Amino acid sequence: MSVTTPATSAKPRASRFRLPIIWVLLLGIFAIAWLLVSLFGRGDFVSANNLGNILERATALGIVAIGQTFAILVASIDLSVAYLISVAAVMASFIMQGDPAKVPLAILVVLGIGAVVGAINGLLITKARINPLIATLGVGLILRGVLNASFQNFTGSVPASFQFLAYGSVGPIPVPVIILAGLTLLSALLLARTRFGAHIYAVGGNRITARLSGIRDHRVVIGAHVITSITAVITGLYLSSRLRSGAPWIGTDGVYDLESIAAVVVGGTVLAGGRGGVLGTVAGVLIFAVLDTMFNQLGVNSYLKQVLRGLIIIGAVAIYAARSREVVG
Amino acid sequence: MTATPEKPPEASSAPPPTALRMQGTSKRFGAFTALSKVDFSCQVGEVHALIGENGAGKSTLMKILGGAQSPDEGQIELFGRRVTFRHPVEAQTAGVSVIHQEFNLLPHRTVAQNIFLGREPHRFGVIDRRAQNAAVTALLTRLGISASIHPDDLIADLSVAQQQMVEIAKALSYDARLLIMDEPTAALANQEVDALLSLIANLKEQGMTIIYISHRFPEIFSVADRVTVLKDGAIITTRDVGEVTVADLVRLMVGRDLSEYYPPRANPGDLGEVVLSVKSAGNAKLRNISFQVRAGEVLGIAGLQGAGRSELAQALFGVDPFTYGEVQLHGRRVHSRSPRQAIGHGLGFVTEDRKGLGLALRQPIADNVALARRGRRPLLSLVSSSGSRSGTSVEELTKSVDLRSAGLHQEAQFLSGGNQQKVVLAKWLALDGSLTIYDEPTRGIDVNGKASIHQLIRDSARRGKAVIMISSDLLEVIGMSDRILVMRFGEVAGELAAGATEEQIMLLATHGGEA
Repeated sequence: MSVTTPATSAKPRASRFRLPIIWVLLLGIFAIAWLLVSLFGRGDFVSANNLGNILERATALGIVAIGQTFAILVASIDLSVAYLISVAAVMASFIMQGDPAKVPLAILVVLGIGAVVGAINGLLITKARINPLIATLGVGLILRGVLNASFQNFTGSVPASFQFLAYGSVGPIPVPVIILAGLTLLSALLLARTRFGAHIYAVGGNRITARLSGIRDHRVVIGAHVITSITAVITGLYLSSRLRSGAPWIGTDGVYDLESIAAVVVGGTVLAGGRGGVLGTVAGVLIFAVLDTMFNQLGVNSYLKQVLRGLIIIGAVAIYAARSREVVG
Repeated sequence: MTATPEKPPEASSAPPPTALRMQGTSKRFGAFTALSKVDFSCQVGEVHALIGENGAGKSTLMKILGGAQSPDEGQIELFGRRVTFRHPVEAQTAGVSVIHQEFNLLPHRTVAQNIFLGREPHRFGVIDRRAQNAAVTALLTRLGISASIHPDDLIADLSVAQQQMVEIAKALSYDARLLIMDEPTAALANQEVDALLSLIANLKEQGMTIIYISHRFPEIFSVADRVTVLKDGAIITTRDVGEVTVADLVRLMVGRDLSEYYPPRANPGDLGEVVLSVKSAGNAKLRNISFQVRAGEVLGIAGLQGAGRSELAQALFGVDPFTYGEVQLHGRRVHSRSPRQAIGHGLGFVTEDRKGLGLALRQPIADNVALARRGRRPLLSLVSSSGSRSGTSVEELTKSVDLRSAGLHQEAQFLSGGNQQKVVLAKWLALDGSLTIYDEPTRGIDVNGKASIHQLIRDSARRGKAVIMISSDLLEVIGMSDRILVMRFGEVAGELAAGATEEQIMLLATHGGEA
């Protein structure tokens, strides 16, 4: 026997990798920026140099936004990333003190800090059942307090070799671009192809269903938070390489907490969890970067940029709300 | 669908082996006894129907078998082995799968991802999608549904019937040997019901034991071998389906005649003027809706799931308004485009989803009762929790519905289902409208709670209000209504006088008047 209902006979099969709709928006915005800059701006919008510039702008936010995607996919959120970025940048540069020999130690230490902070976030949320907003905000404030009590300004420095991370290139491709692309691919595969990824979607989609299927939901949430924190640490390392030293305000000055959440949401990941993915998030980050570059080249008041960002966040979410059955990620 | 109830195979001399034996199983919740010393058994390869009113203990029995609750006392033997389940996963591993009315599926994940959730075949953590899809295709083929459902389909893109098939496939993937289905046809259309019933017959031939919980007698007679009647937490009887009639089962379930069970109907002289009159109205989901309700009258609305009953209520209440046709209230033409306007016209709506739509669960009883009335006040007017400034006070209202609570400041979430529903009724009594629509007013409420809700509905009619009562429970519709409107495919299929039989209603609900 077979079940045939008219509504389903003509439906398309869900293809494996469908590019999120946000990439269409990204292309549109890119085209508009190109047009405007060619007409009214300085310089050439589509040059290798400028495109590299856009991607480099996207790197710092992109890395941490990829991590934020994991937190949001499990129906959590992480407000501590901006403070953790500062901690990682300052600690790395403080430990290195310009000595190339200390680079591995510094990286290990800050990655360790990231893993611990992520685990604490996850444990507070799962075991102590503290609302994720509050738990991660609290952890973030603690990090900031400790950091500000110990360091006031740029501290230490990174050796020239470490600056390869921000300024180097492999052939024609800048290293930051390789890092962002690599992390994007890695995360996309992790989410789409592994059990851990499947469990992230399950826990975010419906924690009860996941638990009833024998998934250890607490571990999944903690794992997602560890990933978020690790990406914040990588962003911190990148920024210290770029600025040649770490200062306690670089994470908060970049508003990486709210901007990363905005990028995730613009990219189509649902705040309630269980739907979305890193490909959308990266598109969201690139949209912000394209706009930044465009406004720079047009020489427009940078506050207007904020207005446009706000409009894009609201507009994107309104589109998702209207076509809420759209597959994303 | 005419699968005849089968007797055990004639050739075998020994009785078929026992799949499940529960002995002396009891479960109490505080002072309430949900199950008392239940002895229940199923044979391997049997479809065993379990019937009983809401609150009779069916869901408790199901939860115990599924591992969601532990019995206070008693033994359970499964395929000859003594078992105790502390967690649903343990029951699943032992071969018991429960298919709930609300599916446990992730809507935005694929069929394959849902079926193998938590058990994905993998190599070093990377999911082996080819193996996963092959296993799912094999399951779907075994169920005969591989043509219409693909492993990569998203659950959200499937019909409710197909989602249910996926749930069954998921159960099979756990090597379930005992399948418990809770009202599996509640949300299905006719041809889907037929498909499901033949699938059940198919599974039974493969040796599956199935406990089939349902209110629908035609299905029970078509698919089940035996039927067990549960009432007030105890087993009344277990019979072969061939030995009993619908009337027998109804009497066994209810335990008394319907006329004693429901409050007396209105006398013809009690009916007043026509309060609501709908003439050839419709919208995207409804067509050709025409009917009237009088003051003092309870109009029952029956029909299968998806027949448009709730949609009709929502159209009247302005949630999803009629787009054409005419609605008159007290002879005046009105058109409610929002619930606020409908309330202004004197309508009340006790929604089907009490917890989701009818109550603010975390707010005190008093605020819930006063909610709709406060909505009519100026925005900045002072509210008082007693509500005594105008109209009936909250205390009087809750007393009038016989609310049992720890006090008016108790949060609504901590009340029993019956008392929660009374809070909703009190909320609408506060507005003192002329017509109230009740959508499934007693769903999920125990027997005593039901009786008092029925009494309250009848009382409001007796005070001259018009009442529309939607219910899937045919006995409730028959017992409560002064007149019955049967809906089918978004239309009014027909109207029946008080005292219509179940068969008459089902005939209209399934075939219109054609058959």
